[in-house]
Amino acid sequence: MTAPLHDTPADAKPTEDVAPAAGAGVKKVEGRSLKQIAWNRLKRDKVALAGGITVLVLVLVAVFAPLIVSVLGHPPNDFHQDKLDPLTNLPTGSLGGVSGDFLFGVEPNKGRDVFSRIVYGARISLLVAFLAAIVAVVLGTLFGIIAGYFGGWVDALISRVMDVLLSFPQLLFIISLISVLPDDLMGLEGTSVRVAILVLVIGFFGWPYIGRIVRGQTLSLREREYVEAAKSLGGGRRHILFKELLPNLVAPITVYATLMIPTNILTEAALSFLGAGVKPPTASWGGMLRDALETYEHDPMFMVFPGVTIFITVLAFNLFGDGLRDALDPKGTR
Amino acid sequence: MPRVSPKRRLTAGAALVVAALVTTTACGGGDDDNGGGKGAGYNAALNKVANPSKKAGGTLRMVGKQDLDSADPQRAYYGMSWDFMRFYTRQLVSYDTKPGKAGTKLVPDLAESTAKISKDGKTYTYKLRDGVTWEDGSPLTSKDVKYGIERLWATDTITGGPGYIRQTLDPKGEYKGPYKDTSKDKLGLKAIETPDDKTIVFKLPKRNGDFEQFLAMPAGSPVKAAKDTKAKYTSRPFSSGPYKFQSYKPGKKIVLVRNDKWKKDSDPIRPALPDKVDVTISANLEENDKRLMSGDYDVDLNGTGMTQSGRVTAVQKHKANVDNMHTSFVRYVALIHTAKPFDNVHCRKAVFYGTDFAGLQQTRGGKLAAGDIANSTLPKAVPGSSDYDPYGVLERKGKPDIAKAKDELKQCGKPGGFSAKLTARNNNPGEVDTAEALQAQLKKVGINVSVEQLDGADSASITGSPSVVKKRGYSMQMSGWGPDFPTGQGYAQPLFDSRFLVENGNYNESQIKDKKIDAMFDDAIAQTDLNKAAEIYKKIDKRILDQADWMPFLYEKNITWRGERLTNAYMSDAYNGRYDYVSLGVNDKK
Repeated sequence: MTAPLHDTPADAKPTEDVAPAAGAGVKKVEGRSLKQIAWNRLKRDKVALAGGITVLVLVLVAVFAPLIVSVLGHPPNDFHQDKLDPLTNLPTGSLGGVSGDFLFGVEPNKGRDVFSRIVYGARISLLVAFLAAIVAVVLGTLFGIIAGYFGGWVDALISRVMDVLLSFPQLLFIISLISVLPDDLMGLEGTSVRVAILVLVIGFFGWPYIGRIVRGQTLSLREREYVEAAKSLGGGRRHILFKELLPNLVAPITVYATLMIPTNILTEAALSFLGAGVKPPTASWGGMLRDALETYEHDPMFMVFPGVTIFITVLAFNLFGDGLRDALDPKGTR
Repeated sequence: MPRVSPKRRLTAGAALVVAALVTTTACGGGDDDNGGGKGAGYNAALNKVANPSKKAGGTLRMVGKQDLDSADPQRAYYGMSWDFMRFYTRQLVSYDTKPGKAGTKLVPDLAESTAKISKDGKTYTYKLRDGVTWEDGSPLTSKDVKYGIERLWATDTITGGPGYIRQTLDPKGEYKGPYKDTSKDKLGLKAIETPDDKTIVFKLPKRNGDFEQFLAMPAGSPVKAAKDTKAKYTSRPFSSGPYKFQSYKPGKKIVLVRNDKWKKDSDPIRPALPDKVDVTISANLEENDKRLMSGDYDVDLNGTGMTQSGRVTAVQKHKANVDNMHTSFVRYVALIHTAKPFDNVHCRKAVFYGTDFAGLQQTRGGKLAAGDIANSTLPKAVPGSSDYDPYGVLERKGKPDIAKAKDELKQCGKPGGFSAKLTARNNNPGEVDTAEALQAQLKKVGINVSVEQLDGADSASITGSPSVVKKRGYSMQMSGWGPDFPTGQGYAQPLFDSRFLVENGNYNESQIKDKKIDAMFDDAIAQTDLNKAAEIYKKIDKRILDQADWMPFLYEKNITWRGERLTNAYMSDAYNGRYDYVSLGVNDKK
């Protein structure tokens, strides 16, 4: 972007001793690209780094869920009712039945392995959150850049649509949509239908957030000299939009996408909690919380495990997103 | 799963604990080791009276999540409403106020004696007692009884109640109800005659051995024509019983006070101990349980059992205040014959063998809170129920027989299994969980079940509609069913008789079309000897089971709280799963 001009050659005369030192200093500054600056800043931000590592671990857990469960747990939909007290139907043993065999204990009533269900629940949560974020980013970038660059009635139209969507009661809409839609759709069945619906709907209601930011950035960028230059050199609209403007929008888009994922995780958990998420017996964190409600007084651990998992996941993404924003901010110190 | 042996050991341990519990139950005493509190003892109100007392006075405080479906005797259909209505309605005959099986005996209430039945079994004659009155002191006559029953014909205003009396006396629907009656006294129904103020005669076009049972329902209660406010009668019913309405705020509060015109000597069955009955309706079940346990209320009006968190506390800390009651509900899965491959009996049998009944029992709350594993389609309280067990369910203690299930699948031509869609109601506690358990169990024999959740309020138009069921491809439906009155007709006919297969509100969910079963029902209903009828219902049960038409899996039980102030508390088999409300008293003057 607009780096201040370095006035090197004129001043580099005085003594031979100073020159190499100054030259080395200058070389160092020149050698750092934006990415490197960001990376250096991020490295120094221990909190953000911890968030990033947690996110990475969670992604790995989700990807390798079957492997992890086969080593450390039991199939997520298997009932182990022999681990329950026949009188109260609560897990036997302390802390909701936590043991070497069942790391996070078992569910009351059903006796399914809580650890396995949390690991498998990560798949649904992260899958829905990431895919929905991708949908939102694609739509938001496309419409935001178009609105910002073209202005006029195009901008007015897209901005009003964004306003409408932002004021839409999305949770209620999704719940009613899910109860109306059939169980097999577009050749999909069961869990995949619900995941597809969740992704599309959460993504669809999420794009205006990205759209507004992209539009605002585009508005300020389109008057810049390099855009003018590209125009006068005969660059087409497509070239200007995607080759000139888009690369300069990558930083804010990355930051907001990262910050959107925890929101999506929470939305998915809320929908599952309300019974509008993936269908049982597929494990989801929100669904586990709902199941835990019935017995929270006598088996609080069943609520603690999924609750803490959601909390850690959302916190990790937020910390990482915040760190990323600070690191990518050109006005930020160092 | 490799870890077999420790699990087996644990199962054995669990079985031992259950066995220990059963033994305690069988002994019947309250065990002080297991619970503090000053209650009358665990299961003290089963088959006997807990805290027998004749002391009158005080306020009986009830709480419920759900209000009465109607306070109008002709419009109520919930068992809890029928139980509660004995406070302010009387019938010609009613159930005896005795614990256990003795409570199903019909005894004269308004009438001097039970019916004098003509030889052909088609004419029922009753004489009213002397001294029976309304709450304003006016005498209660046979014409009031006839008028009350006639209201059942006004089906556009008096909605919701049972139709048995109407269908029996007027199967062709010729009478149009008292509100459209052109005769001067509005008593135009020909099947009921009132030769004088004390006599009432019912003339049945066809014999029905359960007719007195119909009259014992609140639908057979008298209503004074001058006090009939039609659809609004529910907000202030006119009392003929020992209590009358002081106030009624639907969905919030019911307060009954003594009806001082009611005379004890005219009513041999109602003890009428408390001075006041105060009912609070409050939607938070957990909170209701807590307040029952802290003594703010005495008894749960709905009688649906405590919530899981409530019953854990109750059973662990206050066992002497707890009764583990049978509700006479049967939990079942209907196997729908029109859905492939359930048209084939072997595929249906594969489900019977593949189901882990003990697992379903545990999922619904275990032996105490869920109930006993079922073998018969009829609940224990219905004559005709037997220990016939063609699939060896009881013999294996509810465990599945995977080998036999796979064999049946082979005979069905589906050795690799098949797919099925199972419905479960998400507003019925534990039903979706149970469906998930069944899903996991049947997967082991290769039957891939997908669970479809429904709102129970929509059941009449979804699971109760064969065309919707077909369109949505449902093949199994999980639900529960209890008798309107404790005979095979009142329980099994809507479930299995092909003539009850209707397009909306259908309960013959398996869609059984079996002429032999229909004929057996006709035969049983025409019997005036209940023992002979029971033999026929036994045969119906056997045939349904042999054909694997309909799979019962639990005889439901509840954990019910018995408040410490309650006296005269017992469960009668006529009001399964609840105390006989009209007998309850309280032991202090609060």
